[in-house]
Amino acid sequence: MLEVKDLHVTVEGNEILKGLSLTVNAGEVHAIMGPNGSGKSTLSAVIAGKEDYEVTSGSITFEGRDVLEMEIEERAQAGLLLGFQYPVEIPGVKNIYLLKAALNAQRKARGENEIPAPEFMKLVREKLAFMKMDASFLQRAVNEGFSGGEKKRNEILQMLLLEPKLAMLDEIDSGLDIDAMKIVADGVNSLRSEERAVLMVTHYQRLLDYITPDYVHVLVDGRIAKSGDKSLALELESRGYEWVLEESAA
Amino acid sequence: MATEEMEQLVRREYTQGFVTDIESDTVPPGLDESVIAFISEKKGEPEWMLQWRLDAYHQWLKMKEPSWAHLNYPPIDYQGISYYSAPKKPEDRPQSLDEVDPKLLETYEKLGIPLHERAALAGVAVDAVFDSVSVTTTFKEKLGEAGVIFCSISEAIREYPELIKKYLGTVVPQGDNFFAALNSAVFTDGSFVFVPEGVTCPMELSTYFRINAANTGQFERTLIICEKQAQVSYLEGCTAPQRDENQLHAAIVELVALEDAYIKYSTVQNWYPGDEDGKGGIYNFVTKRADCRGDRSKVSWTQVETGSAITWKYPSCLLRGKDSVGEFYSVAVTNGRQQADTGTKMIHIGEGTKSTIVSKGISAGNSEQSYRGLVKIGPRAKGARNFTQCDSLLIGDRSGAHTFPYQEIGNSTATVEHEATTSKIGEDQLFYCRQRGISEEDAVNMIVNGFCKDVFQELPMEFAVEAEALLNVTLEGAVG
Repeated sequence: MLEVKDLHVTVEGNEILKGLSLTVNAGEVHAIMGPNGSGKSTLSAVIAGKEDYEVTSGSITFEGRDVLEMEIEERAQAGLLLGFQYPVEIPGVKNIYLLKAALNAQRKARGENEIPAPEFMKLVREKLAFMKMDASFLQRAVNEGFSGGEKKRNEILQMLLLEPKLAMLDEIDSGLDIDAMKIVADGVNSLRSEERAVLMVTHYQRLLDYITPDYVHVLVDGRIAKSGDKSLALELESRGYEWVLEESAA
Repeated sequence: MATEEMEQLVRREYTQGFVTDIESDTVPPGLDESVIAFISEKKGEPEWMLQWRLDAYHQWLKMKEPSWAHLNYPPIDYQGISYYSAPKKPEDRPQSLDEVDPKLLETYEKLGIPLHERAALAGVAVDAVFDSVSVTTTFKEKLGEAGVIFCSISEAIREYPELIKKYLGTVVPQGDNFFAALNSAVFTDGSFVFVPEGVTCPMELSTYFRINAANTGQFERTLIICEKQAQVSYLEGCTAPQRDENQLHAAIVELVALEDAYIKYSTVQNWYPGDEDGKGGIYNFVTKRADCRGDRSKVSWTQVETGSAITWKYPSCLLRGKDSVGEFYSVAVTNGRQQADTGTKMIHIGEGTKSTIVSKGISAGNSEQSYRGLVKIGPRAKGARNFTQCDSLLIGDRSGAHTFPYQEIGNSTATVEHEATTSKIGEDQLFYCRQRGISEEDAVNMIVNGFCKDVFQELPMEFAVEAEALLNVTLEGAVG
């Protein structure tokens, strides 16, 4: 589904990713872990198309399409969706308006008609209930005045509604208390299916107690230094990142 | 006055593209006493009105064009402008839309203003100003039943001289400023509204101004009076076709609110802003002022400014009555090479007066925009309050936003709050929306409309929808 090959990325002259390769197939959940500054968030940002990230060499393909040639919105429409670590506030724009605009933009890209209002409301209420969010969320401006936990739940709510093929989650666990973490994890788990994949970037093993990954990758100095299964995450938790650093340096 | 000769001399036909083919009579460029006399006679004005105009003209001769605004434009040749142009009219004014030149209606259609539809569907009475003469007024009967007078200012001068004498120039005196003096000398048309005591105007009043004849300055004059406990909502919308020459527009709007009266004045302004290099756009130098004369009177200015090459405009309130209220809600959008210096003045004179200023400026392309606001609290204005919120949004990195807030507080019991922000349209906000699959253009529109929401919600419903659409059109291609 997603194929990243020998990806080199510079940000403001600094090379952050130095030959990263990764394959994600449908049905899989991947976790990217690593120390601060290793380039974890850069990977998902580059796949999503964030500007200011210069790809100097390498390739990213998604279902056979060259992702680097696609506009930001085209990537989203193709099913690549990023859950932000710091979701931005958009004053004056109601949450429900953004949700509807996003859903309709994606439907339009697929050649479908706009969703009828009653159907949309039914769908949104269903997803809201799942995320244990109050209906008043819909009338509030996008992320404005939301608590950290509310913002993260809002990100997952968008995922549930937009049903991406590849959901990328950038430190979705940061700033969450244990109850919010469970709700967010339930949301992510409900996305899991044979046709869909999840790519999580996280600093802590904690999240993986709730969302069990099929693969864990350790990112060190812009490259994947080690890959394994869930047990690798547990090992990282008990031993830290040092040994991976040493191993990769050797 | 050799009026006939002059008329024959200057009678000309339109030859350029998108200009309605309606015969108009125009005086040759230039301004002197004979031109003013020509205008006054054309309008069938009494002698005292001509004297009033000449008085303004003499004051204007001694005045200098203001240069303090943050605007940059070549000098205007006031002798190079023609000061009168009117579509040729039949013996009498058309009494209904059926009698109006279909070509004029066609032009409105082209500009997206379905006049008859709007009038019929929205129940809005329309006093359309085409060039300088009002050619149609609708719903007059219904207004008449309520005792509301809604007509062209020329008609008012002829039909209601006592009201004109009592109120004209009492809010914006002839010698108020350079452009006001010019307008007072040569104004050709505009609207007059009088709402008698205790009457709430039964419908929203609307005027569409349009500039058509080439090289012809447009000098409207609008006067709205609300007597005690009267209320009116007035909508003004402007649009003009593409021109090559810069066109000067110097209008005056005077509002008078007596005790417990409420005037809501909404503007959507979309004049031709010029081409990509700023060539050919409208110069808009407007003096708009409200006089809250009566206790507890209230005036609310709401404006959406998207057009013109140059905008110089400060709708203001003189808060004289005790507990009177002034409001100013503004969205100004500039793109391309547009320049706008706009804002408001809230002059607190009476006790317990309150004012609110919400200004939203959006600058895109190579445009420059300034907010200039004065809040003045006089010594007698005990307990006066002002709240000002002034936000600027920049799109791209070649546009400019400037804020010039002035405060003169002459009273220690006053409360004045000022909040100002300048932000660049967030790359992060755009990325966020696009990462949800929303196109860049739609994302910009969404963010900008969100930014303007506080102002749009002050507009009458149908205007708000129009304003949003207008904003989207104005910002087309602003990003990317």
